[in-house]
Amino acid sequence: MTLASLVVLAAIVLIAVFAEQVAPYNPLAQSILSVNQLPSAKHWLGTDQLGRDVLSRIIHGARTSLLLGISAPVLAAVIGTFLGLVGGYFGGWADRIIGRITDLLLAFPVLLLGIIVAAALSSGFWSMLMVLTIAFAPRFARIARASTLALRQAPFVEAAIAAGLGHGVILYRHILPNIIGPVVVVLTLWIATAIRLEATLSFLGLGTRPPFASWGNIIRDGLNAMFGSPWPIIAAGLAISITVLALNMIGDAVRDVLDPETRT
Amino acid sequence: MGRTIAARILDAIPTLWLVLTLVFVAMRMLPGDPAIAILGEKASLEQLNAFRERMGLNLPLWLQYLHFLRDAVTLNFGKSFQSSFTVSELVRLNLPYTIQLTLASTVIGTVISIPLGVMAAVRRDTMADDLSRVFSLVGYAVPDFFLAAILLVVFALDLGWFPINGGGEGFVDTLWHLALPAIALGLIKAAFVSRLTRSSLLEVLGFDYVRTARAKGAEEPRVIYRHALRNALLPVVTGLGLSILSTLSGSVAVELIFGRPGVGSMLIGAIEARDYPVIEAGVVVFAIFVVLVNLAMDLIYTAIDPRVGAA
Repeated sequence: MTLASLVVLAAIVLIAVFAEQVAPYNPLAQSILSVNQLPSAKHWLGTDQLGRDVLSRIIHGARTSLLLGISAPVLAAVIGTFLGLVGGYFGGWADRIIGRITDLLLAFPVLLLGIIVAAALSSGFWSMLMVLTIAFAPRFARIARASTLALRQAPFVEAAIAAGLGHGVILYRHILPNIIGPVVVVLTLWIATAIRLEATLSFLGLGTRPPFASWGNIIRDGLNAMFGSPWPIIAAGLAISITVLALNMIGDAVRDVLDPETRT
Repeated sequence: MGRTIAARILDAIPTLWLVLTLVFVAMRMLPGDPAIAILGEKASLEQLNAFRERMGLNLPLWLQYLHFLRDAVTLNFGKSFQSSFTVSELVRLNLPYTIQLTLASTVIGTVISIPLGVMAAVRRDTMADDLSRVFSLVGYAVPDFFLAAILLVVFALDLGWFPINGGGEGFVDTLWHLALPAIALGLIKAAFVSRLTRSSLLEVLGFDYVRTARAKGAEEPRVIYRHALRNALLPVVTGLGLSILSTLSGSVAVELIFGRPGVGSMLIGAIEARDYPVIEAGVVVFAIFVVLVNLAMDLIYTAIDPRVGAA
């Protein structure tokens, strides 16, 4: 199953990277002569209410979903791990401030953050990147801090301090490599969540703006033209579900390898 | 119990304050002059000044901030820009529908997930367990708004068994309107919570006291339901609470899909119309909602496990 998930995911990534070459039509090209068509040999998934090719929109939507789905958690992991390292290693007031901010942000629903940012800055790729990064970073900070705290007293760290190494070197060379495992496990699981959240926010009109395609706003468009073809909704929904399913299965497999104790 | 509630409410104050401050800053960060944005380019200087005076926009920022906090604490957000209602009236009209949907979907989620999780744990590694695993994997992957859209297209548009939009009037009609949205959200919750019930119960079933209960000859259902499940429920309650919070954005989407009134659709409509007082009120209502769900989880904790309250 894990292998199948990897193959599926690799295929989706390739399609997203080579969207221009793979997509049969321009995803923004409208045609008044061919609106709301059912799937045919010419348009495999039919057309939407503006006559745009649904398959091409799904393919280009993969690009938005994956780009955001990967970049937001990675950015959050970098920022969160840094904050967790600093807090866990140095302790004291830095740790207290970081801990307090982390707690506050964890209690803050992503949806509200999305609404506030969309209302203040307008929606789009960058504001969604900001929202998801702010939402995810505290979760990485917490994990990194806990792991760092445990390592702080480890003999090899104390030896490094005794040897007179700088804090930066100790953090980077001695602690970071030892805490990266749990961070990676969490990362794979949050990529799936980020893709789902991107879809939800775009569906709510707080994310990717039309005419640019994202899986969430394809479903939104499809529902607005409710008596049109149901194919845009079905295709985009399946695209999200399959991607998230594959990511979750890979995430579970990574966790089983790196952390065998929580295996179910 | 009283002390738990008091401590929790104190804990929630910084979160609520952060939410309020963020909303305030966000509304002031908007490009352009709000008076022009609302009255339009053609408004005269007198009109603009009158509006600024009425909305308190001519005051210094720190005073505006204090007024805003006062309004939020007293839940008095003034009048909506786009409708003749006051903001509190809008909230009062919409809130019951959101509460109905939250309660109904949580009940559906619980009724499906706990028996399913118990069955999967008791018949571990059988066909039943595999099926429940597939159910929860799919439930994790399918977005709630997609499931809602499919239910709408199939059962309301094609088959015509359920209404297409609205919130319904009277008890039966309300339930009829509630059915599809609540099932959509409830199934997604069930996927998450059933897995949690399974793993939590499996862990408890390995404890010594369960073996003791079996050894003294207690019937298996009694062992499961009286001895094991009670202790396995703590993480499940957390899971249910978390699922309410994590389906918050899903419930907003579901309200939109089914054209239901509710705080979520009120908020989204307000964002599209740039109706700032309503956005502020909606965000505050959701923030209070989150705090209350957390509080309720803590209280249920204490009820299930008296040790938590003592600590």
